[in-house]
Formats: sequence, structure tokens, C-alpha cells
Amino acid sequence: MIIELIHVSKYYPQSTSPAAFDISLKVKKGEILALLGPSGSGKTTVLRLIAGFESPDEGTILLKENEVSQPGVSLPPERRGVGMVFQDYALFPHLTVERNISFGLIHMSHDDRKKKVSDILALVGLSDYRNRYPHELSGGQQQRVALGRALAPDPAVILLDEPFSSLDPDMCVRMREDVSSILRETGSTAILVTHDHEEAFSMADKVALLNNGRLEQHGTPENIYHTPLTPFAADFVGKADFIPGVVQGDKLMTEIGCLENKTQFTEGDEVMVMIRPDDIDLRPEEEGEAIILDRQFRGSENHYRVRLSSGQIVHSSQHSVAVYPNGLKVDLQIQMTHIVAFDKKEMDAYLD
Amino acid sequence: MTPLSSITKASPHRSVDRWGLAVFLIAAIVCIPLGVVLSSLFTVHDEVWTHLVETTLSHVLINTFFLTLGVAIGTSLIGVGLAWLTAATDFPGRRFFDWALMLPMAIPSYVTAFVAIGLLDFTGSIQTMLRAAFGKHLPWFPEIRSTGGVILVMTLTLYPYVYLLARNAFLSQGRLALEAAQSLGHGRWSGFFRVALPMARPWIVGGVMLALMETLSDFGAVSIFNYDTFATAIYQAWFGFFSISAASQLASLLVLLVFVLLLIEQRVTARVRYTTDVRGADHGIRIKLGSVHQGLALSFASLVFSIAFLIPVLQLLIWSYAIVKEDLDLRYLGYLGHSLSLAAMAALLTVSAVLVLVYAKRLHNTAVLRWLVRFATLGYALPGSVLAVGVFIPLAWFDNQLITLFKSPVILKGTLLAMLLAYLVRFLTVAHNPAESAIKRISQHIDESARNLGCSGVDMLRRVHLPMMKGGVLTAFVLVFVDVMKEMPITLMTRPFGWDTLAIRIYEMTSEGEWERAALPAIAIVLAGLLPIFFLMRDPEKKF
Repeated sequence: MIIELIHVSKYYPQSTSPAAFDISLKVKKGEILALLGPSGSGKTTVLRLIAGFESPDEGTILLKENEVSQPGVSLPPERRGVGMVFQDYALFPHLTVERNISFGLIHMSHDDRKKKVSDILALVGLSDYRNRYPHELSGGQQQRVALGRALAPDPAVILLDEPFSSLDPDMCVRMREDVSSILRETGSTAILVTHDHEEAFSMADKVALLNNGRLEQHGTPENIYHTPLTPFAADFVGKADFIPGVVQGDKLMTEIGCLENKTQFTEGDEVMVMIRPDDIDLRPEEEGEAIILDRQFRGSENHYRVRLSSGQIVHSSQHSVAVYPNGLKVDLQIQMTHIVAFDKKEMDAYLD
Repeated sequence: MTPLSSITKASPHRSVDRWGLAVFLIAAIVCIPLGVVLSSLFTVHDEVWTHLVETTLSHVLINTFFLTLGVAIGTSLIGVGLAWLTAATDFPGRRFFDWALMLPMAIPSYVTAFVAIGLLDFTGSIQTMLRAAFGKHLPWFPEIRSTGGVILVMTLTLYPYVYLLARNAFLSQGRLALEAAQSLGHGRWSGFFRVALPMARPWIVGGVMLALMETLSDFGAVSIFNYDTFATAIYQAWFGFFSISAASQLASLLVLLVFVLLLIEQRVTARVRYTTDVRGADHGIRIKLGSVHQGLALSFASLVFSIAFLIPVLQLLIWSYAIVKEDLDLRYLGYLGHSLSLAAMAALLTVSAVLVLVYAKRLHNTAVLRWLVRFATLGYALPGSVLAVGVFIPLAWFDNQLITLFKSPVILKGTLLAMLLAYLVRFLTVAHNPAESAIKRISQHIDESARNLGCSGVDMLRRVHLPMMKGGVLTAFVLVFVDVMKEMPITLMTRPFGWDTLAIRIYEMTSEGEWERAALPAIAIVLAGLLPIFFLMRDPEKKF
């Protein structure tokens, strides 16, 4: 393990709820972990605990099997060997690209340092910009310098704090790809903080979903998307509708049909079944009981809002060319690979 | 990597102690003179003191009262008036006067003082000229050596404080509020008095308080006028009656007065936010003046500029030209060398101390540290004459301890060290403001990046912060440098034997009425004084 958090908690004096509570996580060598959550969920706190800018009030943090943080004792950040890429890049404005990258290599011999800087410049594709100053670079180039600077001292782990949030959307997608491939190429272990589940899914091997300072779920992106453990997880990582249902025998009876009960619930339990828009197919049908309310065209797909006869509203994503008028009566076809249901009371509590 | 077990529990606090200790030392250097002076309020009065109370104290109090009152009225009228004209209206030459009206700051008040006397005295060139034209007895001519004369001179050198702050206020409040007032039926004048002036009040009061603090600490100008104030009384008690205790009792009274002003200033300016968008605000629509009013505005600005800057500088040049051949000799190399080296040493020392203050506060922003920094930057409120006494007494005590305990031949009083300490205390605030605003502009993430890359402590200051705050540090250096060159009372009272500077030369020549000979060193000081004004113009949002 490169990083291990064991029951780590952090409280801030001015706040009543903990910034991070009882968090346990492991990150393997070469793994990219995304800390995903809404603002105030504690994801940045966890990152700063790992970097050593904060020290935990409870719990232990191990870095390469060595204890680096315990309550009251903390190895200072400058002695941890952890790289960090900041949201605003925090490049040194008075240094050229080359000298920004060599900043952390002060203990190397001159020749080693020169070689390392050239390698890094080539890696991040900025060999031609080595003598530029940060303000002479574009946002994406600055981001690359920040990444190169953090990678240069061969840190045990690279921490990325919302690294793409100050880029415009097109640039953001490109940089995700570039940064991913650089991290993979160097075999780096990385932890990425983001509030965007698409970013987390597309870049990370594992996702740690945080909410109110607590670890909600930790698993692969697929795992979290298809089998969320809590209503929050289901709701945060993509569009989801929740439909009431009752367990009868080995079936889950709902308004949209009988589903196989592969859940932990038993006879008579009232549940809410999670349905993602890609689980629902629409077929125009004059006798259909559902009505199309409206459509959003999203380029690669059409996103429909559909009203069931009970008044329940569900969403469905259809092909880019499947265009139906508003008010059309349709039949729903349900194709669910994973059946996820939550206790009705738990769901009501969440929705409150 | 170091295993955690090698770090003792105390170690995260050890670095706090090191920086905290440095800040504590600096704060102590500032507070000890202050404490020493204030403590003499409670000591027994000696004979010299009784004598002072009987003879000069009431005189000094009355003089101080009229002087501060006059300067307060004078600087606010001239400062606010000119600020309004250059900030809100347009008249021919307005762009020139924008900055030219700050130039009088370059002339120390003692220079304006001796130029005024040299020009307007009975034997001065103007009265001599008039007598030549109109006969031996002029029916009436204003007496320059009077309360009015001192007030005039002080007002002319100190109005830029008010001008600068009021102008900043008028520019930042923009035209909108004023236009709103006009749309509600207020005319131009009532808009000024009912909207613009009340909105700018905190800035104006702040500027007047700064001017008054300068007035109370002034030594050079009042001694040229033989106008007794606390500053001169302290000097006389010490070097005339040789009573350091009487001097320190006078100093303690002066400190109390200054603290009242300081309190008002801090109260009022706590709400003031300096705008960063002065240039943007400058593009607002200016009030169109009629041609008569334009003429009046131009005359007023030209009049103030002429008598506060142009005429004194021309007169200095004329006098210098007259005596440069006979007076300029190798001694001047000594005066100039002393002035420059003292200024450089003091600026270096002060800027280093300020770097410790701002960097320590950045690393450990604790309540204790913030208070220590506030104490350390109190010194600008202490008049130079007070500081000279406040530094001398503890050093003399320290010397006695050294002599009695160790039979040490080393003596600190009357050394460069004593002098530099006094400068440090006096000018720490001057250097603190630009350095603090420079370090505040650096994002906290920069520190975190550097630490991630293994760089911290002094190393981080050297490799990251210092290069990034270069401009602010340079400004701080220049400001202190020039202030030390202009400084008179500390230099006069604490200089080691033989350390005569340009300012001392001016003091000596003016006390003998040798105006022409004082002009030569004065020119050098005025030239140096122009430097920070050009700095100021480059960054209009910065305070002095």
C-alpha cells in the first residue's frame, strides 16, 4: 500500500460537524483514486490531511507503510515526498517553466537535474517552452507545468485538487485525457479531488464517495454507478429515479412492472427501486399509459421526461435519432442489469 | 523518509518558537523605549522639571495647541480643496497638478522653514527689494517669525497627506453617488457638501491626523522659528539643562498627545478601504467648470504649487549657486557619505526586521503573533525626539550594568547601534506597509506548493517569497532610506561623535542664520525625497 488512512477524523473548532469522520481508505501503487463529493463533503480536507497541511484529530495515516500522521504529531509536508497540483496551479511566477520544474530537485547533482528536467518537459510536451514564464502560457500549458513540477521529484503519490475546474469545458476534457495518460505512463499513484462524477469515472480506478465528511462508498466507478449503497450515492453519480415497490414472493412489484428481487429485502417490505435513464426504453403505443412530457436533445442522445399513470415522473435516454413529440403515449420497456432498492423510510429521510 | 517516531511531540512547535522569538524581540525593541518614556510619568519630579513647569510648560502647551489647530485647519482646507479640484473637476493643467501637488512632500518642513524665513524676514530678499523700491520704512509687512508663519510652513509641507487620501476617496466614490444626488435636485456645491465630503470624511480625518502627528514630532522647522514645542523643549532639557529625566517627562506628555491622535486615526480609518481601481475610476465624467471657475481653480493649484514647491526649490538653487564655489569642499563628501551610509544601514536593518515580521505572521498566523506585530509597528507614532530619549535611557542603564558587572570597556550609548535602533523603531511601520501588502498578494497555495516540493522556512523565504515581493521590498527600502536622510532629531541627539550628516549640516547652518549655506545640503535631501514620490505615482493605490 502506498497510502493508508485508518479511522481518520478531523474537526474544525468553528464548525459543529466534523470535516472528516472515521475515514479508512487504501490506495495501491499505480492506482488512481478519485475523492468525489459535493462541496463541503470533506474531500479537500482528506487531501490536505494526506499532504500534511492538516493533522488528524483521530486516526493514523501511513505513507509507504510509514506512519506520517497521528493526533498531535505530523510529519511536515516538506518532508513527506508528496506531490500536489493545485486548482490555481500555484506556479512560481518569478521562475521559468524549466526552473519551476527543477524547484524540488535541489538536492540532485547538476547533471541529474538537467536530465530529469528534460525528461519531464518531454513528458508533459513543453520542451519548446522551457524558458517561458508562467504568465506567457495558456491555462492548459500551466496545468502541465504544475503536473510536471509535482512529478519531477518522483513523489510517492500525486495529489490533484480540482485540477480542471478553472479550465473551459473543451480544454477540460482534453486535459483529463492528457493528465490520465501522463499519470499512467509514469505509473504514478494519484489521488484526485473532484465534484464531477464524470471526471471521477473517466480518470480513476477507484472512487471514494464522500458526503458530510463521511465515506459513503468506496469502489470501482462501475460498482458505484450500478450498485450504489445509499440513496445519496445513487443520486450523486448520475441521474436516477426512485419508484415505490413492494416485495411479493421473489418479485419486486412496481408500477413499471415485476422485477426480480435480487435485493436484501423480504416479503412485504416497502422499498424504492432505483432506475437510471438508460434502463428505460420507450415504445410509442396508442394504448400506452405513460405520456412523454418533454425532450432534451443532448447530441449523442435524447433525454425524455415521462409521466406514468400514477403521476410519477421518470427519465429515459434514447438514441440520438429517436425523436417523439410531446404528449405522445408510450409503453415503457425496462431492461435492468442491476436491481438496486432502498428502504422506503431511508429514502424518505434522504429526500427530506 | 523519516519515520514519524523520530519526530518528538514538541517539534511542530519548535519552529513557531524561533519565528515567534524573533518577532517578540523586534516588538520589545519598539516597546522598551515607549515603556521607558511612559514610566517617567510616574517618577518623582526633580528640580529641573519643577523649573520647566514654572517657566516653559504652559508656553509649550499653548504653542502646541495653536500649532496643531492651525495645521489641522490649513491642511484640511488646502488638501481637500485641491483633492476635489483634481479628482472631480477639469481645468487646464489638471493632469500635471494631479501629481505635482504631491511634490511638496519631498521637501522636509525644516527646509521650507528656512527658505521662508530667508525670503520673508526683515533682512530677506523680498523686504530688502521692497525697501529699495518704496523707501526705508515699509508701512506693514507680515511677520514671518510668528505663530502664523510656523502654521503656514507646516501646512505647506503637510497638506499632501490630506490631499493624497482625500483624492483617493473622491476618486473611489465615483461619480455615481454624486450624480444620484444631482438627480435628486442638489446642485454642484450642495452635492459636494452633502454627499462627496461626508463620504470622504474617514479618509480626510485620517490624513489630518497623520499631518498632526508629523506636526507634533517636527523638530527642525519649529527650532528654526524658535517656536517652542515639546520636541524642542525635550532637546533643551537634555542638551541645555543636561536633565535626561526632565526630557523624558516632557517626552511622556508628548507621547500621550500623539496617542490621542493615533487613537482617532485608527478609529476613523478602520473602515477605510483603499481602492485598487483608482485608474478605472479616473475615467468617470468630470464636472465641467465655467471659464471663470477654471481660471480660479488653475490659480489656486498654481499658487499652492508655487509657494510649497517651486519657489522653495528655485530659492535653494539660487542660494546654492551663489555659494557653491566657496562652500562645496571635501567636508560635503563626509556629510553625504554619512547620510547615505546611515540611510542604507537603517533601511537594510529595518527591511530585514520587517521581513521577519511579515513572514513570521504568514507562517504562524496566531493571535499572539498578530498582537506582537501590531506593537512592533507602533513606532511611527513616536516622535524622533521622544525616541532619542527612549533609546538612550535603557542603553545607558545597560552600559552601567556592563561596566559595574564586567568592567566592560564596551559602551553602547552614543554608538551607531543606538542610532540605528532608534531609526528602526521610528521607521518600521513605513517599511511594514508595502512589505505586508506585497506578501499578502502571494497566494497561500504558493507556500503549499513550495512545501510539497521540500522547501520551507528561511529557504522558502529566499527562494519563493523574497523574489515575488521584490517590488514591495524595494519600495520599503527606498521609503526608509529617504526618511532617514531627512530625519533630524534622532540624528542630532544620538549620533556618534563626528557623524555629521546633511540634515545636521542644515541644522547647524540654520541655527546660525546662514540660509545660503544650508541650501546646498537641502538640495541633496530634496532630490532624494523626490524618489518615493515617483514610487507613489507608479502605484497610486499605495499609501506612503
